[in-house]
Amino acid sequence: MYKTVRMIMVFAAALLLCSTYTASAGDTLKIGSFLAVTGPASFLGDPELKTLQMYIDDINSKGGIDGTKIEFIHYDTKAKAKDAKNFVNRLIKKDRVDVIIGGSTSGNTIAVMDLVEKAHVPLISLAGSVKIIEPVKKWIFKTPHTDRMAAAKIFEDIKARGFTKVALITGNGGFDKSGRAQCLALAPKYGLVIVADEKYGNSDTDMTTQITKIRSTDAQVIVNFGFGKAPAIVTKNIRQLGVKLPLYQSHGVASKKFIELAGEAAEGVRLPAAGLIVADKLPDTDPQKRVLLAYKNAYEAKYGPVSTFGGHAYDALFITVNAVRSAGSTDRAKIRDEIEKTKGFVGTGGIFNMSPSDHLGLGLDSFHMVEIKNGDWVLVN
Amino acid sequence: MKRLAGFYILAAVLIATGLIFPDSYYVTVVGVTICTNAVLAVSLNLLMGYAGQISLGHAAFFGLGAYASAVLTTKYGTNPWLAMLAGVGISGTLAFVLARPILKLKGHYLAMATLGMGIIIHIFFVQADWITGGPDGLSGIPEISIAGLAINNDIRWYWVFGGLMLFTTWISLNIVDSRPGRALAAVHGSEVAAQMTGVDTASVKAQIFVVSAVIASVAGSLFAHQQAFVSPESFSFFFSIELVTMVVLGGLASTFGAIFGAVLLSILPEFLLVFEDFEVLIYGAILMIIMIFLPEGLFVSGSRIVTGWLKKRELSTQ
Repeated sequence: MYKTVRMIMVFAAALLLCSTYTASAGDTLKIGSFLAVTGPASFLGDPELKTLQMYIDDINSKGGIDGTKIEFIHYDTKAKAKDAKNFVNRLIKKDRVDVIIGGSTSGNTIAVMDLVEKAHVPLISLAGSVKIIEPVKKWIFKTPHTDRMAAAKIFEDIKARGFTKVALITGNGGFDKSGRAQCLALAPKYGLVIVADEKYGNSDTDMTTQITKIRSTDAQVIVNFGFGKAPAIVTKNIRQLGVKLPLYQSHGVASKKFIELAGEAAEGVRLPAAGLIVADKLPDTDPQKRVLLAYKNAYEAKYGPVSTFGGHAYDALFITVNAVRSAGSTDRAKIRDEIEKTKGFVGTGGIFNMSPSDHLGLGLDSFHMVEIKNGDWVLVN
Repeated sequence: MKRLAGFYILAAVLIATGLIFPDSYYVTVVGVTICTNAVLAVSLNLLMGYAGQISLGHAAFFGLGAYASAVLTTKYGTNPWLAMLAGVGISGTLAFVLARPILKLKGHYLAMATLGMGIIIHIFFVQADWITGGPDGLSGIPEISIAGLAINNDIRWYWVFGGLMLFTTWISLNIVDSRPGRALAAVHGSEVAAQMTGVDTASVKAQIFVVSAVIASVAGSLFAHQQAFVSPESFSFFFSIELVTMVVLGGLASTFGAIFGAVLLSILPEFLLVFEDFEVLIYGAILMIIMIFLPEGLFVSGSRIVTGWLKKRELSTQ
């Protein structure tokens, strides 16, 4: 009997410890993140986490933000919406963070938006979908360009080249579907006609059927929205079938990995991308050039080839840091207000000018149209 | 009284934890997850543990309930309780229609068929984006209120899911000790022998399949309202496997075993987070060790060891 009582007491004590444990130092800024560091979207989460860790260590070693040190708490969602939800719950209710950066994918971000809005914690997302900021939600911001901007940039270029008939080919993932919807909605505005609308599974290994169908239409250009392995297969298949139409990819493939996967077939592919991948080719007068090169050199010195995705994390972190600095406190509401007032911040994605009606703050000019030539990116003028 | 002793202890623990720690993260967030998983594990255990019919598609019924509620309340403004009822109708009908052909199969073939069903329903959630919102899921699912009380904070959700868990446990315990329960046990032992003694095995199996699907569907509906968001990932094949693991880990054919398994598998990841990269490794190792040394499940083997030990002590003191 005595033993049972003792066990119950130990158990209760353990529970009590768990429930009362919350660090409460006032002079640290707690940044929480939930990123897809492993799993199918690891190519997003991995550079994002590395970037955050590298710069937070750097800020702390230089004495923090005006003396306020940053405490960084990170969870890996493996790109699962369910995990994202659980971890954000944990960040808010257990870790009690001041700012959240993440998630890596649109699905992960959308899954937690209601929760974050209710809890009144500023969140800066690193995901693409326009749904994150439209309609505007008080506590939610993002740094990457939207899929709508990518579609607009592509269509602008198509129109400039005098084409009107577009074949669309997209995957079955969230990014693909959202991109497809934006393309369909925007096409009439640019006077374009979508003559084919083909779909594939993101784990498919061959898309020749869909491309054969496209070949039988009178399409003048092909637009592919997707990320990961599939767009590289589409690119290869198009060249294997001898289709000579110009091919546009989305910003989802703006990494050297795509060129590696698609090989020679990638030659001549055009895509909209943030300045980072063409940093050294930008004119010296470009205000972004200095920031881009500094980030690129710092990242590459430590981890290897840079990608635009890590750049989104850089932007989110420094928008937060600037907001904390001008707010002069770690109060969530004040930080939120200052993030919304971000003006003229030169980041890797472009120059951010946020407002109460725009929680992204990037214009179409922050995208550069690039073409792949000799296995490298070249700016299209 | 004695038959339901375990149930009263469970209820007491649940209520006490809720009252003592109403603000703790482990009650309001982890506790709700535990209760949801426990409801699903107990309902799956009815089918797997008692009737001996494996199902690798249980998450599909959970998902049908969740999506029925999510779609009807957000797109058509249906009353949440009617939506839940619709979910029950869909899941129950589907289970009823599928039960006879599927449950004729045995062993690996049954596993394959239920697996296929789970995957088909999951694909439907992903692909039918005009209804389900596709891979991005559906958000903005409204709150529910019970008898005028809006369920709008975490602790209230804890009471709702705790209540559902107790109710499910109570149903499960009563089914097991009733005539259909004994018929199920007979089917589990030997289907031919059960038929010989006059049990309509096909209909008994179909009934329990429907009951288990309906319980999962109700849990799914509440889950949709609690999360205010649903996406296909929550109802994937992997979640079905997780549920099977809970049942097997706790101990087949034991209602409390299933609850124990659910508690363990829901809490473990929370505590293993501190190991960061090694989390999955340690998780796997723990499951392996339990299955090697306690093959009948943690709860069943564990309670056997404890009773054996108590008996031994009694003998030695005499």
